[in-house]
Amino acid sequence: MSRYAYFPGCSADSTGIAFTLSGDYVTRRIGIELVEIPDWCCCGTSAALVTDGDLAVALPARSLALSERLNPTLDVTTPCAGCYSSLKSAVHYARQNEENRRHVEDLIEMPYAASADVYSLLEIMAQPKHKEAISTALTGDLHGLKVASYYGCTLVRPNEVCGFDDVENPQSMDGLIALAGGKPVDWAFKTECCGASHHISEPHAARKLIERIFEDATANGAEALATACPLCNLNLDMREKEINAGRVAAGKEPFDIPVYCFTELLGLAMGGSAKELGIDRHFWPAEGVTSHE
Amino acid sequence: METLNLSAITDADIEAVARIGKDANVDFDDCYQCGKCTAGCPMAHAMDIVPRLVIRNLQLGFTDKALTAKTPWICANCMVCSARCPQGVDIAAIMLTLRRTAKKRGLQPVREADVFDDAFVGNIRSWGKSNEAVLASKYNLVSGHLFQDVLNAPKMAARGMIGPRIHSVKDKAAVKHLVDKCLKREGDGDE
Repeated sequence: MSRYAYFPGCSADSTGIAFTLSGDYVTRRIGIELVEIPDWCCCGTSAALVTDGDLAVALPARSLALSERLNPTLDVTTPCAGCYSSLKSAVHYARQNEENRRHVEDLIEMPYAASADVYSLLEIMAQPKHKEAISTALTGDLHGLKVASYYGCTLVRPNEVCGFDDVENPQSMDGLIALAGGKPVDWAFKTECCGASHHISEPHAARKLIERIFEDATANGAEALATACPLCNLNLDMREKEINAGRVAAGKEPFDIPVYCFTELLGLAMGGSAKELGIDRHFWPAEGVTSHE
Repeated sequence: METLNLSAITDADIEAVARIGKDANVDFDDCYQCGKCTAGCPMAHAMDIVPRLVIRNLQLGFTDKALTAKTPWICANCMVCSARCPQGVDIAAIMLTLRRTAKKRGLQPVREADVFDDAFVGNIRSWGKSNEAVLASKYNLVSGHLFQDVLNAPKMAARGMIGPRIHSVKDKAAVKHLVDKCLKREGDGDE
C-alpha cells in the first residue's frame, strides 16, 4: 500500500469531476491511499504567475507546509497538471538555496522544510510497482482502441522542474494505455498547448490550438484522446462540438473523437462502469466507444 | 521596411532593459535571432510582435515597444520556446517579466487577459479557492463579453460541474492575508 498527501485542486469537484471519480476508482483498486491535505488552498496557477512571483510561490507553499505539518514524511500528489506545475515549482524554488526557503517561510508565516516531493498522478501510476498493481487489477482490456496520449505543457516543461518524462516525446501515459490493452498512437502534438485559460480571455485565438490537436490526432489514426489534466480535458471535450460547427461551415470534415482522462480508460479496463468513472458526464459522447466486444 | 532610430534610445531604456533581463534571469545577447521560439509558439498567430522580435527590440533598447506589445499577454506560458531555445534563453520568463512590469506601470495591452487574471486572483483572495462559475460570471461582467459561454452553463450544471455551492477554505483570513502581503511586496522580493 502506497500513501500520498493529496492535493485535489479547485476543479476536483467541479469541471474535473470525471478525473476525480476515475482517479479515486483506480487508486482504490490498486491500493494507493490518498490523504487530502487539510485546508489546502488554490495553487494560484497562471493567474498568480502572471501577477507576482511571490504570490506564485506562496500559494502552493502554504498547502505544502500544511501537509508537511501533519504528515512530514508523506510525498504529495495531484491529478491536475496546473496544480502540479505550481506545487513542483514552489518546491524547486525553496530547494534552490537556504535564502529562498527562508523567503518562502517568511511569506507564508509557517515553517516549511521543502522535504516532501511532488508527483503528478500520472507519474505515480507509471511507476513500475504501480504498473504491476494495475496489471493485477485488470479484468478486461481496451480491445486495441487507438489512443493518442495528450500530455500538454506543464507535465513536461520546464524539464529541470518536472523531469519525469521526455520533454518532446513523453511515454508514461502511452505505456499505461498499452498496459490496459489500448494501442498508443504515435503523433506530433503530445506536448502542444491546449490554450488553457485563454479559451476565456482569447477564445478565438485559442480555439485554433485545440483544432490542431484534434487534426493531428485524427490524421494519425487516433480513435480517442487521453489527457492527464482536468483543464486540458475540459477544453478538448467541451469545445469539440463548437469547433466542428466551424469546420462544417468551412466545408471541412468534422471530428468525432471522444476525450478521456487516462484514469477513465484504466478504470474501464478494470471493469468500472461509465457512471462510476464519470464517463457519462462528458460533453462529446464517450460511452460505449471502448466496448468493441 | 521600418526605420529604427537608435539615437532615440535613452539611458532609462537601457536601465529598464537591464532590469527586465535581471528579473527574467536572461542575457539578451545570448539570443542570435534564429526564430525557433517563434516557429514553435502556438499563439504566435495572435501576437502583434512575434517572440523573436520582442527579444530583438530588447537587444536594441526599444523597451517601450516590448512593454506595450500584446505578445506577453497573448503568451499562454506553455514554455515550448524556452524548452527549444538552442541558446538556453528562457523566453517564457521574459514574457512573464514583461507582463508583470507592464502591469506595474499601469499598461493593459490586452484588457481581457488582465481582467481574467485579476478576477482569478480576486476569487482566491475572497475564498481561498477558485470558483469557476463565479469567475466566469465576473469575467463576463467586467470584460463586457456578457454572453460568452452562457450556453455551456446549463450543460455544466447538468453534469454536476457547477452549482450554487461556493467552495472555500476554512481559514479564509490566512489566504487573504497572504495574497495582500505578496501583492504589497511588488518589486521587492519577486523571485
